[in-house]
Amino acid sequence: MSQTPVEQAPMQTANGVKGNFRWLVRHPIWAFVVIVFIFFSLMTDNFFSFGNFENILVQTSTLGLIALGMTIVMINGNIDLSVGAMVALAASLTVDIMGWPIFQSWGNWQLLPAVLAGLGSGVLLGALNGLIVWKTGVDAFIVTLGAMLGVRGLVFVYTGEQSFFAMNFAYADFGASRLLGLPTLAWIFLAFTVVMHVILSRTVHGSNTYAVGDNREAAVNAGIWVGPHMMINFMIVGFFAALAGITLSTQMGASTPNLGRDYELWVITATVLGGTKLTGGAGNIIGTFGGVLAIGILRNGMNLMQVPAFYVLVTLGVILIAVLFLDKQLNRKGEEELRL
Amino acid sequence: MSEAKPVLQLEGIVKTFPGVRALDGVSFDVRPGEVHALMGENGAGKSTLMKVLAGMYRPNEGHVYIEGTPVVMANPIEAKEEGVILIHQELSLAEQMTVAENVFLGELPRSRWGFVDWKVLDNRVGTILKKLNCDFGPRTRVGDLSIAKKQMVEIARALTHHAKVVVFDEPTASLTDAEKVVLFDVINDLKADGVGIVYISHRMEEIFTISDRISVLRDGSYRGTLMTAETDEDEVTQLMIGRSLDYSRSVEHGEIGDVTLEVEGLSCGKLYRDIGFAVKAGEVVGFYGLVGAGRTEIAETLFGLREPSAGTIRLGGKKVTIDSPAEAIENGISLVPESRKEQGLVLGMNCRDNITLPQVGDMTAGPFVSNGAEIAIYDMYRDRLDIKAPSWRSLVGNLSGGNQQKIVIGKWLAMKPRVLIVDEPTRGIDVGSKAEIHNLIRELARSGYAVIVISSEMPEILRVSDRVIAMYQGRIMREFTADEVNEDNLVQAISGIGNGKAA
Amino acid sequence: MTGFVERIREGDLKGLIARNGIFIAFVGFMIAFGIGSDKFLNFDNLESVVRSSAMIGVMALGVTVVVISGNLDLSVGSMLSFGTVMVVDLHDKIGPGPAILVMMACVLLLGAVNGFLVGFVRLNSLIVTLGMLSAIQGLTLIYSGGKNVDVDPSTQDTTWFRVFGRGEVAGVDMPIIIFFVLACVVGCIVAYTPYGRRIYAVGGNPTAAVFSGIRRRRVVFSTYLVSAFCVGIASTILGSRVMGSQNNVGQGYELLVLASVILGGTSLLGGSGSILKTVIGVLILGFIQNGLLLLGYPYFAQWIVTWIVIILAVWLDVAAKRGRLLSPIA
Repeated sequence: MSQTPVEQAPMQTANGVKGNFRWLVRHPIWAFVVIVFIFFSLMTDNFFSFGNFENILVQTSTLGLIALGMTIVMINGNIDLSVGAMVALAASLTVDIMGWPIFQSWGNWQLLPAVLAGLGSGVLLGALNGLIVWKTGVDAFIVTLGAMLGVRGLVFVYTGEQSFFAMNFAYADFGASRLLGLPTLAWIFLAFTVVMHVILSRTVHGSNTYAVGDNREAAVNAGIWVGPHMMINFMIVGFFAALAGITLSTQMGASTPNLGRDYELWVITATVLGGTKLTGGAGNIIGTFGGVLAIGILRNGMNLMQVPAFYVLVTLGVILIAVLFLDKQLNRKGEEELRL
Repeated sequence: MSEAKPVLQLEGIVKTFPGVRALDGVSFDVRPGEVHALMGENGAGKSTLMKVLAGMYRPNEGHVYIEGTPVVMANPIEAKEEGVILIHQELSLAEQMTVAENVFLGELPRSRWGFVDWKVLDNRVGTILKKLNCDFGPRTRVGDLSIAKKQMVEIARALTHHAKVVVFDEPTASLTDAEKVVLFDVINDLKADGVGIVYISHRMEEIFTISDRISVLRDGSYRGTLMTAETDEDEVTQLMIGRSLDYSRSVEHGEIGDVTLEVEGLSCGKLYRDIGFAVKAGEVVGFYGLVGAGRTEIAETLFGLREPSAGTIRLGGKKVTIDSPAEAIENGISLVPESRKEQGLVLGMNCRDNITLPQVGDMTAGPFVSNGAEIAIYDMYRDRLDIKAPSWRSLVGNLSGGNQQKIVIGKWLAMKPRVLIVDEPTRGIDVGSKAEIHNLIRELARSGYAVIVISSEMPEILRVSDRVIAMYQGRIMREFTADEVNEDNLVQAISGIGNGKAA
Repeated sequence: MTGFVERIREGDLKGLIARNGIFIAFVGFMIAFGIGSDKFLNFDNLESVVRSSAMIGVMALGVTVVVISGNLDLSVGSMLSFGTVMVVDLHDKIGPGPAILVMMACVLLLGAVNGFLVGFVRLNSLIVTLGMLSAIQGLTLIYSGGKNVDVDPSTQDTTWFRVFGRGEVAGVDMPIIIFFVLACVVGCIVAYTPYGRRIYAVGGNPTAAVFSGIRRRRVVFSTYLVSAFCVGIASTILGSRVMGSQNNVGQGYELLVLASVILGGTSLLGGSGSILKTVIGVLILGFIQNGLLLLGYPYFAQWIVTWIVIILAVWLDVAAKRGRLLSPIA
């Protein structure tokens, strides 16, 4: 909602160019996406091809899906550090269950309970996180920090530190499948991006999400059921983390117990790059999409240029800080600020 | 306002918390179309009573009647449905969202599938805003509005339901005089609609301007109701604190010494321009003006929190540049800031640590802080300022507003400054403590401090100052001596109708 | 006079339990594990627990200082990798003494970057140290060229460098001594010096701290130097103990360090907490791991237990402060 043009007494954003410039100023990440896109297009031959763009979409879809959920949770004023562990749990559950003897005779239908279990685990854990945040009043950072450790422990207990391999080949085929000219996984990512954008910008739940993140007390006093509301958002991010785990394991045809390590950091990076504020109340899906793309293009491009992975890490760290710095400078009020 | 059936009636309301009987059988009523003022010192129970009204607290005993029917309000939503709306002192808005979303927070109009019906929302909010004569639209971002306009948004929220009773809690604390007029117009409109209004404020002038009746609380119990037209300040004060207050200015001052602080041509962008004045040791200079006149900004500059774009500051004749509060302190300047909770105190620390904070680096025994020295300082100022706290270990956040303010003042007195700047010294403080602090300021001047007082309350400025500087939109309009100044010429000066400086 | 509202929490039992809950829990743990396994409460075992906790403990000291001042430092894990790799690598090239000094200088420089960005530029500390986590990880990989490093095996037993990780004083392992000495020093600084007082003020109310003449920017900057210094010490201990390093050796440590600080009862909001509390938190974390191992559980079981313990510990702390067990939000 904070993205619809804002009417202020003297100034109108009717002017197209001016409006676009202001949009860009508010979402600097897209300028960066464009710059980086042009840069790699010039620097290496293999970048500018439809096939490579497809690659980028699929490669970023894992983190991208999680980022969709993280965005809504962060706008809500919370955070979820346990997404990485949830990825591993969902992947392990799914890959394992599809091979269970009772489903042997189901043929490809054995994938159904497996996927349901995987998605269900994310939703349930999300609900648990949300319930704890709601009822205990402990900050989401701490609750999900604990969950990050604990769910990883659950994964290790469940898998006995083993990797699982998908018994059903259709599963792995799905990872490589295509639909109407694009990889299926790319469609899934794009579709959910649109869905989340609509939810956040046009529904009551979305508007309430911004409200709760902006001023939780005002929301409570206004009669919004903040507790269940936050739980729903945690369940959403849990769903996406599980989905990401499943789509990842379809590409690998397997699941490993250490899957998803550090994912939460990348997802938070992408979300913040996209303009979502840590303090809540601001952010949007388009920005997050931009942040995800930025990271994806950077990785892909540097890979194609055969730059060692270490430099990607340094670059990403520097960019994150630079974007933060830019954001601060652009929003300064000048002489009205105190020297604090 | 007729002798009609009361729209709101409270009977024998009792509210207890562990160890405290906050409300002790309070009864009063509000008639439709009446402005009923509620007064009392801090801690008298006004805010507790309000919260009972607004559905945030359930009374332990007693009944609430709306238009004659007994009601039970378990939460703010039920209160709103019964028609009782509370306009908080601290605005409760989502700053990053639009006016429309704030007005209908929690009750957004829906179209199918849980989608927001933006058209209906804009229309309904637009209508309400027009009714309140607001010059901003439903799509304005709340964070971009001034405080007065934000207050209008809060009032707009109240009008989404048919209101029967509206409670205003210190609504004019941050408003300019022009904005107050707009607010009073709104209140009069509500009156005409038959809404009963409860108006809570410390400001006598307003109460006597706008209210029809005045009820007083003291120590949690109801003390009586007066007809505004038939009473006066003194009678109300008597009810509130049981004694009269001497509002006259103590004319005597001690020796006025040399010029301690001199400011020339000081400017800071658009905030203030070409400011020049001098303060001598032993005198109190009062800065009066509307909100936004630039007074606090000047104080912040003197204290090193703002960089001036032009001008000079001289202390004891020597030119100085002050780049940070630490430097200001070194130069002997102390600032008691406007907001004691946000700027003056670390609420989670105890009384002693708060008082000694600016000089903690100097009270050492070896590398460690000297416990004894710290406690000695706390004891000294506790006695001198009559600070009421169980012990130095008490957390400052647990004290009353008046005592908190005394801690802040004590903190800065302990620095033994040459120049003491006090910004809104008695904001939100009960009448009894107010008088104490005024006397303290006069006394400080007598003992040789150069004191600057910034205030938005005319009685306070008139009472405390030896000279008054009137400001308007960042410029000094006029300087008065205590003998010259009176209510009329002061108001003229700060409204931009000045005739240049008088010596 | 009823001029002030008082919360009478200073003398009652509930408050007492709330403020010292973690100590009580700690004692409870020791008793429970002691009953559960007879191998628990013997000196060698306790000593090995403290020794293996020492590194997290040393880093937790620095992070506590940062947290009290109202910020976070997530970069300590990758800083540990960086420091350990560098000190081990330089050990053979320029000798142990210079290696330690150079490593310290580099690590302090990294801390200074953190401190500058958070203290002077006023960027959000979570994001800044997150970015630095990534950047330092990259720097470590660049420095090591992706390879693991080792101290020349032939010198491993003769170099005096070994004293940090493998030495002993009066029968107590060196890492433990370093941890406790450092804890005492940092603890005294935080609790009893003006500098410590300022850190609490900046964490409790940064605006009021500035208005009281505290140089907030310098204070915040310095906390990151303290944190970096602690990481440098931890790197020395680690490098000395293992005499080699993979370049992601510190990965994940920042979370365990943060978990210890949280467990100890220091609030992430700033303005409260203490070094003593962190030490307790570190030991609890260590004893959970140890106790579970002795009881026969696999090593990852401790993560699940830690999860539960963290939430319970913070919940009770929050509940005590607001006076009710469950949050009143509908």
